[in-house]
Amino acid sequence: MTTAVSTKNPTRPAWKENPKPATQAAKAVAITVVLALVLIPFLVIISTSLASNKEVVANGGWVLWPTDPTLRAYRNILSGGIVTKALGVSVGVTLIGTLASLACTSFLAYALSRPGVLGGKPILLIILFTFLFPPGMIPAFLLVKGLGLQNMYAALIAPVLINVFNLVVLRGFFQGIPEELYEAARLDGAGDWTVFWRIVLPLSKAALAVVGLFYAVSYWNAWFNASIYLESDHWPLSQVLRTYVIGGAQISDTGLSEAGMVSAPQTTQMAVLVIATVPILLVYPFLQKYFTKGVLTGAVKS
Amino acid sequence: MVPGLAYFLLFHYGAFVGNVVAFKEYVPFDGLWASPWVGFENFTRMFGDADFWHATWNTFYIAVLQLTFFFPIPLAIALLLHSLTSDFLRRFVQSVVYLPHFLSWVIVVALFQQVLSDTGLLNSFLGDSGIHTVDIIGNPDAYRPLVVAEVVWKDAGWGTIIFLAALMQVDEQQYEAAAIDGAGPWRRFWHVTLPSIRPIIVLLLIMRLGDILSVGFEQMLLQRQSVGPEVGEVLDTFVFWQGIVGGDTGYAAAAGLFKGLVGAVLVFTANRVAHKLGEQGIYK
Repeated sequence: MTTAVSTKNPTRPAWKENPKPATQAAKAVAITVVLALVLIPFLVIISTSLASNKEVVANGGWVLWPTDPTLRAYRNILSGGIVTKALGVSVGVTLIGTLASLACTSFLAYALSRPGVLGGKPILLIILFTFLFPPGMIPAFLLVKGLGLQNMYAALIAPVLINVFNLVVLRGFFQGIPEELYEAARLDGAGDWTVFWRIVLPLSKAALAVVGLFYAVSYWNAWFNASIYLESDHWPLSQVLRTYVIGGAQISDTGLSEAGMVSAPQTTQMAVLVIATVPILLVYPFLQKYFTKGVLTGAVKS
Repeated sequence: MVPGLAYFLLFHYGAFVGNVVAFKEYVPFDGLWASPWVGFENFTRMFGDADFWHATWNTFYIAVLQLTFFFPIPLAIALLLHSLTSDFLRRFVQSVVYLPHFLSWVIVVALFQQVLSDTGLLNSFLGDSGIHTVDIIGNPDAYRPLVVAEVVWKDAGWGTIIFLAALMQVDEQQYEAAAIDGAGPWRRFWHVTLPSIRPIIVLLLIMRLGDILSVGFEQMLLQRQSVGPEVGEVLDTFVFWQGIVGGDTGYAAAAGLFKGLVGAVLVFTANRVAHKLGEQGIYK
């Protein structure tokens, strides 16, 4: 069965015989293109944010690799003013929102994962229905206004507290925990809360990490609700980014920069962009290994 | 369980009831319930509104473009990654292509604008090389390809996850058997790989069809201004512009409701078709 091909490299299965050089070259080119398309924009933004004014001007606004890196743009925007404040808002909303969402989602997912919960099946259907038929933008807007949440940070959290997809992922994960564990705990006299805290949660760290990341990313990135519900002094970072980078408003107009410390607008804009991106880049490597697992549990069940 | 359930009842069903505003003339001072009923007036007005049909047409146009160009690319990347024999390289490329999915639309749009606008990276490069420059941002003709390119950049990598998982489940023995029968790489790809992942391709295609009217609200809203409503308006931004910016609440809710209904019909139809074709579909 295993012929001459596999003698070259015994660990490879027989059907993976050495590909032709042309095929390999084509693949290498394709991969390089894909990687470059993703990575070059990042590189340019980070480089430009670190470049000196002179270099930015000399390059017509763009720097691929700064020869004389400086943190001036960062010092400017973090020295108090609108970006600093927005950064605080974003961090706060992300932390509180993620915790609240994780708690509510896991409680509900646990209740729905246990067989024989009163009304379990209809409740699940009621929830899945909202996934197919979202209420729509205008009614949601009227509701938040009607509840008096305008210009409160709660308007960024309450309307998006539970994500159905995340709920289904967690429920699927909880259902995968062996029934014997539940039974053993019951025999030892553990109630629902004890089972949940002592058995289910510790076993679900991976799933909770993925769902937590999804929530954190969505809170961190959200700007639309902030733009319609909040006054500009309450804005999170992403909405500030939208106004000053996409909208093209000058950050220095808003009392942001210290006198005599003005940097080129591009460096400032790029620095805000980097600050908005960095937290995601920081958590990304730690959670990346759980993605596939988490996403698949959800996809298979739904 | 109670807080979670309360959330769904309030923010989904509670809000859902709010759709009655589509049948009213909303007077902010009176509130939702005291505002006068107008029956289907908002709907008749909507069907006679050229701007509304324009937004609908744009929505379909962009949706079809996305389906044609965005859908096959994740599959192609997944097949490419799957064919790599180096584990390290595959993991590395995977990590890189997933990354843009986690950036917000604000960042992605800002990135594209910085690279492609008339003063951006591409044009300063073209200008330096003496080639004439192209304005891509703010050019209505380029808007539709641009938004599709953005979606591809942001989410094509993420879309590979599910295809890759499906590819992993293909039985290795089938490849082996095919190889022994003398099938080369192409034949194995054609007769083993593709048939094995066909169900998942169909499933994802249906899901996209059902979702076709939602063509990236945030993405469109962020860029609508740079090209104007002529090409930039889709149904979601129409609702936003009429209702939240313009204050024509009942009218906007009617348009939103219309979009929801068409979307629901599409989901049902797509699922029906899937069953007819002998695939599993999204639900039974």
